[in-house]
Amino acid sequence: MSVTASIPPRVIYHPPELLADRSTHYCPGCGHGVIHRLLAEILGELGLGPRTIAVAPVGCAVFAYDYLNIDFVEAPHGRAPAVATGIRRVRPDHFVLTYQGDGDLAAIGTAEIVHAAARGELITDIFVNNGVYGMTGGQMAPTTLLGQKTTSTPTGREARLAGYPIPITEMLALLPGVAYAARGSVADAAAIGRTKAMIKRACEVQLEGAGFAIVEILSNCPVGWGMTAVESLEHLAHEVVKTYPVGVLMDRTRHVAAPHRS
Amino acid sequence: MAVEAPPRRGRGSAPVVRGAGSRSAAAPRRVLMKGNEAIAEAAIQAGCDAYFGYPITPQAELLEWMARRMPEEGRAFVQAESELGAINMALGAAAAGARVLVSSSSPGISLMGEAMSYMAGSEVPVVLVNVMRGGPGLGSIGPSQSDYFQATKGHGHGDYRVPVLAPDTIGEAMEIIPTAFEIAEHYRTPVMVLADGILGQAMEPVDTTFRTPERRVEDWHVTGADGRPPRVVKSLHLKADELEEHNRHLQAKYAAIGEAEVRWTEEQIEDAELAVVAYGTAARIARTAIAHVRQDGLRVGLFRPISLWPYPATRLREIAAGLRGILVVELSAGQMVEDVRLAVEGRVPISFHGRTGGNVPTPGEIAHQLARLYALTAPPPSPRAAPMSAPGGVAEGGLP
Repeated sequence: MSVTASIPPRVIYHPPELLADRSTHYCPGCGHGVIHRLLAEILGELGLGPRTIAVAPVGCAVFAYDYLNIDFVEAPHGRAPAVATGIRRVRPDHFVLTYQGDGDLAAIGTAEIVHAAARGELITDIFVNNGVYGMTGGQMAPTTLLGQKTTSTPTGREARLAGYPIPITEMLALLPGVAYAARGSVADAAAIGRTKAMIKRACEVQLEGAGFAIVEILSNCPVGWGMTAVESLEHLAHEVVKTYPVGVLMDRTRHVAAPHRS
Repeated sequence: MAVEAPPRRGRGSAPVVRGAGSRSAAAPRRVLMKGNEAIAEAAIQAGCDAYFGYPITPQAELLEWMARRMPEEGRAFVQAESELGAINMALGAAAAGARVLVSSSSPGISLMGEAMSYMAGSEVPVVLVNVMRGGPGLGSIGPSQSDYFQATKGHGHGDYRVPVLAPDTIGEAMEIIPTAFEIAEHYRTPVMVLADGILGQAMEPVDTTFRTPERRVEDWHVTGADGRPPRVVKSLHLKADELEEHNRHLQAKYAAIGEAEVRWTEEQIEDAELAVVAYGTAARIARTAIAHVRQDGLRVGLFRPISLWPYPATRLREIAAGLRGILVVELSAGQMVEDVRLAVEGRVPISFHGRTGGNVPTPGEIAHQLARLYALTAPPPSPRAAPMSAPGGVAEGGLP
């Protein structure tokens, strides 16, 4: 019997209880897993798990309900903010969360997100922007960078043919109903830490009844971008942020009126 | 001479008298109400927790009534950004356990078709009111019944059905609303109440006798996973066997609805040689026409489907055996007539008379069509010449 065996292990991290103990269907290196973990941590820290009703999108994250131990409603493509509005209006004491991708939120669901935000619905929207339609095979999304090659822009996105990337979180931040709007990233540990703080604030804003809250999270899609996981994270950290600067864009609860960009 | 007998009401396999359920104890008061407003108030009295809508003629008064009354009752009202928004709000609220009403008119219902498929797939009970207007496209704002296909066989994608109830008076619409909530919640399905511009816009004296179906707490409502495993309301089943199993479950449900939720009325069918088959406003006009032709000695009755799906096909087939012919009257170019043909299976000649564009047939037009059909289906002098079907030109009476 060795001496070391009798020393109890020092637990430095334990998976959050709200995160299901199973492998995900996400591709290797995908950012959704990190974002799910952040959500599970924050909901746990705020004690919100038992009273959260979440809305899953159409896209890769439709299976969020398999990985987070909270009640979920699956919305038609783009309609998560409307579904969440319905839940919010009949369950005023609950915590309502939506999780949407960039195709879901910034293309087919533009009307729903704009008007939920304009109404100042007490909803926290987690908006994962990885610049492509991942689930259908990596086609151009409204957020795709100019010049980016996708399966539907095989020679790279040209503004002349396919328009420009949509800075939809900046657009939403203009609306008086939006209490908090921020953009984070999962490019590295430090960025993930800052993103966690943003998500937490977006949850607190709802609890304070201040208005609509959205956190756009720049994420990677190694398969859709034709990169290794490491390459995709470097691309995220150095290229994607040029089009989508990270930082708190609006915090009306703290009178941050001018967009701050780091 | 025609004798006005009270209509026989059918439900399920045998005609029964309607009217079960808890009614408010207060003596009914007779008031004049507009159809859209009466439907809205009936929903409020039926315990509707949330209403979501979008302005469209000819149902706008329903939304306006809800905008005033729902906040008075401390209930949810949202004027949505579109019909897509409204129906998806309804999906969310109903999944969270609320009793939900949405309303629109034809073009708006087209937009709601997507979510109807999702609600059917994820088994979310919502009552939709369609106050039909003329189509296709933007069409007109006049009354129409040209959404029969959409209501009974259409809207969204996938193998699913939606029960459709079609009242012919404002009073019946008020009675049908709580029934629609009951069917929706009992079977976990969207239910459509199919009205038209006349029913929505007209005013009639109605009894303010309301009915509030019992409320049930269901073990599938998403209410927060507090002390229980998480729940998911969804329609996605990626595995082939899993989705097929889900479809079997849905089909079994539709079969049960087909057995138990068939509704219709029969008026003066007992001695009838011809029957008019019509629903909603068309049935009311046909009733007047029938009274006219009965004064001329034509024995004509009225078969009025109330549930358009499930269709009262079995009873219609039974009745057809004793008839010389059937005239189908619709505010359309001929939609329900296809279900009549399917039900009757060629037993008797079927003629059709319809108007479109917001026009409605006059009682005179219908009486004329009945006289033609009466003459054309008259028993032949010799049994050898008995016609097996109507001569050409009658079977498709068609548009004037």
